[in-house]
Amino acid sequence: MTGVRVAGVGLTQFGRQPERTGRDLFAEAALAAREDAGISGDDIEEINYGNFMGALAERQGHQAPLMAKMVGVNCPATRYEEACASAGVAVREAVRTVRSGEADVVLAGGCERMTNLSTADVTEGLATAADDLFEIRAGITFPSAYALMARAYFERFGGSREDLAHVAMKNHDNALPNEYAQFHREITVEEALDAPMVADPLGLLDACPVTDGASAVVFVSDEYAAANDLEAPVSVTGSGQGGDNLALQAREQLAVTPATERAASEAYADAGRDPADVDLVEVHDCFTIAEVLAIEGLGFYEPGEGVGAARRGETTASGDRPVNLSGGLKAKGHPVGATGGSQIAEMTRLLRGDHPNSEHVPDATVGVTHNAGGTVASAVVHVLEVDR
Amino acid sequence: MTDENAGYDEWLDAIDDGEGYFYVCPEGHGSLPPRRVCPDCGSPELERTPLSETGTVETFTVCYVAAPDFADEEPYATAIADFGDVRLTGVVRGIDPEDVSVGMTVEPAVGTNETTGDDLLALRTR
Ligand SMILES: [Zn+2]
Repeated sequence: MTGVRVAGVGLTQFGRQPERTGRDLFAEAALAAREDAGISGDDIEEINYGNFMGALAERQGHQAPLMAKMVGVNCPATRYEEACASAGVAVREAVRTVRSGEADVVLAGGCERMTNLSTADVTEGLATAADDLFEIRAGITFPSAYALMARAYFERFGGSREDLAHVAMKNHDNALPNEYAQFHREITVEEALDAPMVADPLGLLDACPVTDGASAVVFVSDEYAAANDLEAPVSVTGSGQGGDNLALQAREQLAVTPATERAASEAYADAGRDPADVDLVEVHDCFTIAEVLAIEGLGFYEPGEGVGAARRGETTASGDRPVNLSGGLKAKGHPVGATGGSQIAEMTRLLRGDHPNSEHVPDATVGVTHNAGGTVASAVVHVLEVDR
Repeated sequence: MTDENAGYDEWLDAIDDGEGYFYVCPEGHGSLPPRRVCPDCGSPELERTPLSETGTVETFTVCYVAAPDFADEEPYATAIADFGDVRLTGVVRGIDPEDVSVGMTVEPAVGTNETTGDDLLALRTR
């Protein structure tokens, strides 16, 4: 079993760019990743491509081979779909493929085009990540599903909308210097609390935006990196994935996310690390409550303790263990099928020292990424470590 | 696309007739149709068991931004209610959405989606 290194990363601007095709977005990210890696396109042996709703947004199924040709390579390409965790599973399969020795170079990432749709159509498209028979027919939307979890959390553990507003404010602060982020705008706790309600108890500023964007990461074996003299200081040392019932109603508890716990314990064991070793984290904060559930599921907080972490300053840029220094899905944006790759790209930049927020974590060596699908019916966790 | 869903449709009809049911495996795990094995332990021994006549709201939300299929309902309350070995997710009927609360007693019923005219699972207040 060989080690797996991140040779290069690429991102597009995240935001509203409704006129851009998905194929052009992904080509930009993938070509940037290839250039960052300094490798020839001929060396790419597989492309793992994450996408969730391309058939709805662009009437385009069968996207992966299309993307390979947009990147100018002739290799097998496969689309991975796991709702918002689509790129997370694409990355995980790339890591497994390189580790096993089946390939030396795999490009993984994803893309989502969303803002060309109306708000109603995006709402309908995103809702398909939920259970059609038992949830969508009862009017469940993506925000209302997380609202059900947020209220269940408050009922069981306490916490308040004000605690969640601190999560939103923190992630907007983190996005300010990030050139790829959708929002470059500070918000206050009061603004977040006063924003229009989307699905009570979650308001507009508890929710990630609708975003167009793409991400790509080149994974290589240790041997390939050495033989080609690549500068690739970041390794993927752990990978894990967990699943759960699609419908919230069928879960044992509504205010905890066992899929995250399972993915995390597998990834930590794989890396030989535990939560105490982790210096910084990128988690799946599609809603403010989702960040709380994630940091608890990843083992940084006991259930019920995570909700106050941002307010207490423990997860801010200057805190003990910064969470979502990229701005997270909340403020950097959430092009659904690209997000899992974007988290790896941002974590790599943060650890290499070439992210605008690297200055907050100069001595960090271990980072964790957490990508979730739907209401965490799937979760993917990776451990990344940098040579110091 | 047909909107018939064998297993689910019969289950919804049974609720409409006041004869709601769920499945329970020998280990006591509850589940809902269509189902061939227990989702928790894989047991094929699923016993059809009467659904409790009332449940308790465990969590709810009032949705102000609906998908197109619920456009005429905004705002509406969706709740998850506990019926013992299973929970049900439904649109709350019989009360102003903003008056729904955790702990409320509800009964399962079949309502009509005001936008599409389709049947839906409702949780009716008593
Ligand atoms: Zn069972």
